[in-house]
Amino acid sequence: MGEKVLMKGNEAIGEAAIKAGCTHFFGYPITPQNDIPEYMSRRLPKEGGVFLQAESEVAASNMVYGAAGAGARVMTSSSSPGISLKAEGISYIAGAELPCVIVNIVRGGPGLGGIQPAQSDYFQATKGMAHGDFRLVVFAPSSVQEAVDLTMEAFDVADKYRNPVMVMGDGIIGQMMEPVEFKDIGTDDLPEKDWITDGAEGRDRNVINSLYLDPEKLEEHNWKLDRKYEKIKEEEVKYETSNMEDADVAIVAYGTTARIVKTAIKKARAEGIKVGLIRPITLFPFPEKVINEAADQVDKFLTVEMSTGQMVEDVRLAVNGKKPVEFYGRTGGVVPTPEEIVEQLKEVVE
Amino acid sequence: MEKVAGRPDSLTDKEFHYCPGCTHGIVHRLVAEVIDEFDLKEETIGVAPVGCSVLAYDYFDVDMHEASHGRAPAVATGIKRVHPDKAVFTYQGDGDLASIGTAEIVHAANRGEEITTIFINNAIYGMTGGQMAPTTLEGQKATTSPYGRDLGEAGHPIKVSEMLSKLDGAAYIERVSVDSPKNIKQTKKAIKKAFEVQQSGEGFAMVEVLSTCPTNWGVSPVEAIEWLQENMLPHYKLGEVVDGEVQG
Ligand SMILES: Cc1ncc(C[n+]2csc(CCOP(=O)(O)OP(=O)(O)O)c2C)c(N)n1
Ligand code: SF4
Repeated sequence: MGEKVLMKGNEAIGEAAIKAGCTHFFGYPITPQNDIPEYMSRRLPKEGGVFLQAESEVAASNMVYGAAGAGARVMTSSSSPGISLKAEGISYIAGAELPCVIVNIVRGGPGLGGIQPAQSDYFQATKGMAHGDFRLVVFAPSSVQEAVDLTMEAFDVADKYRNPVMVMGDGIIGQMMEPVEFKDIGTDDLPEKDWITDGAEGRDRNVINSLYLDPEKLEEHNWKLDRKYEKIKEEEVKYETSNMEDADVAIVAYGTTARIVKTAIKKARAEGIKVGLIRPITLFPFPEKVINEAADQVDKFLTVEMSTGQMVEDVRLAVNGKKPVEFYGRTGGVVPTPEEIVEQLKEVVE
Repeated sequence: MEKVAGRPDSLTDKEFHYCPGCTHGIVHRLVAEVIDEFDLKEETIGVAPVGCSVLAYDYFDVDMHEASHGRAPAVATGIKRVHPDKAVFTYQGDGDLASIGTAEIVHAANRGEEITTIFINNAIYGMTGGQMAPTTLEGQKATTSPYGRDLGEAGHPIKVSEMLSKLDGAAYIERVSVDSPKNIKQTKKAIKKAFEVQQSGEGFAMVEVLSTCPTNWGVSPVEAIEWLQENMLPHYKLGEVVDGEVQG
């Protein structure tokens, strides 16, 4: 502990999972996340765990469903089209209230799209991942170190709420090398898993299920899940602010985009534009309170995303009409430059 | 009323919801009896499918995990990889296993996944109201094959056991039927063997059970048995299946 090692984002995520006690990994190859299953296939068996390359993402997420039900700390990873296929299993996992970690190294879409970094799966991750009333906790790291810390934390949050947690990065986070430190950030007061299916030795049997044929029962279940999500909203919001003390304009950006925005802010401030950053670290729960409060201070918001505009809808909801919210986006795998963002800021300020 | 034969210990007291004459109930009972006889009640994890037997988790008095449509072999794989010493079985219909879940069953069998699959072939989709299944016979009417299954349009009734038996990971596959006391006895023998094969770690084991669906076939329970014998037995030959061939 405490020692810094230089690692590629994807591999660091794999190592973080192992350090967090992940014993089972089920995946399927898709660019740009292949280093994660490759890393797990090298390391997990040596740690006494299980790596299995599934026949498809559909199968992989259902293997996760089985392993999570059986009580393992389990992870899968994929990239956008693969996450669409995993969505079936994820809905069942959420419905049956099982913990697991899902990594999405987002690439451009829709359809086959491309393999370059994008943020166009925001809606999928935070709103309509799959059928039914459910939510994922969604972490959006903006550095390799943060990817490591959040991956480790994801397992605890998943266990705490018995809910799938997604770590959402993009190809830049996945491919870049940065020095990282594996801190032990786990909580040790996690609830006991007395609900698992491991053979009912010496106890009544357990059933893992998401079927409620009686609509009243299903409604009850959905409200129960909803209360859990409300609790998550109260307890798990994470964000970072910078340069906000005297800001007239607040940029809202997450992940890789937020890094680029930080460079843009330096440039803009050198030109006398008072701009700050609000960076959501959890996309669900969304840091709506801090954004709403910032609306009392700044004149304008600018949301920057690698999409045609997805998170901006949540920013507008959070601002709730108090101030204008502008949007700047590049999409399809095009990464915005700091210069473009400064140009955009100038337009917004005028 | 006098109790003639007690319910196996590995079944709950819950009454089956199956239609009169449906043979799902018989197979449930046989599986439970086998679990009892091997004393595996506290070491078994069952995976229930989507289909008429979706509520199997209410009936088997063992740890149960409900899967999505067709994915039971993947769910079972996840469970078995966490608990390699436990007995894991899936219970699946023909829509579940032979249509939406073909990839999952093929690859679980090919990996030699040490699970036991009970495959109920009733040549139709029961739960959704009698649509054509991959196993529906040539000329057989179903709600989505109203003029009878046409091979040119819908392809051939799939022989899953023959197909899977060609995979190297498949250790034991047998097709049985529950149309007569003699065949019911054989079905139980096959289920027993499928659990034994799992316990010995030889690989994947499956029992295909020819079963009835009087409701969606539109016949009485007695006629359903006759229909199975006259129509299903000639196409789906009974016996252990090795390398694509039924062993007479
Ligand atoms: C993804 C998905 N597609 C379709 C369905 C609808 N569905 C429920 S049961 C069923 C057919 C089941 O038939 P089979 O497996 O043959 O079992 P049986 O009811 O005959 O016992 C279908 C298509 C579903 N629940 N999920
Ligand atoms: S619909 Fe068919 S398979 Fe389903 S319970 Fe009734 S008889 Fe059995």
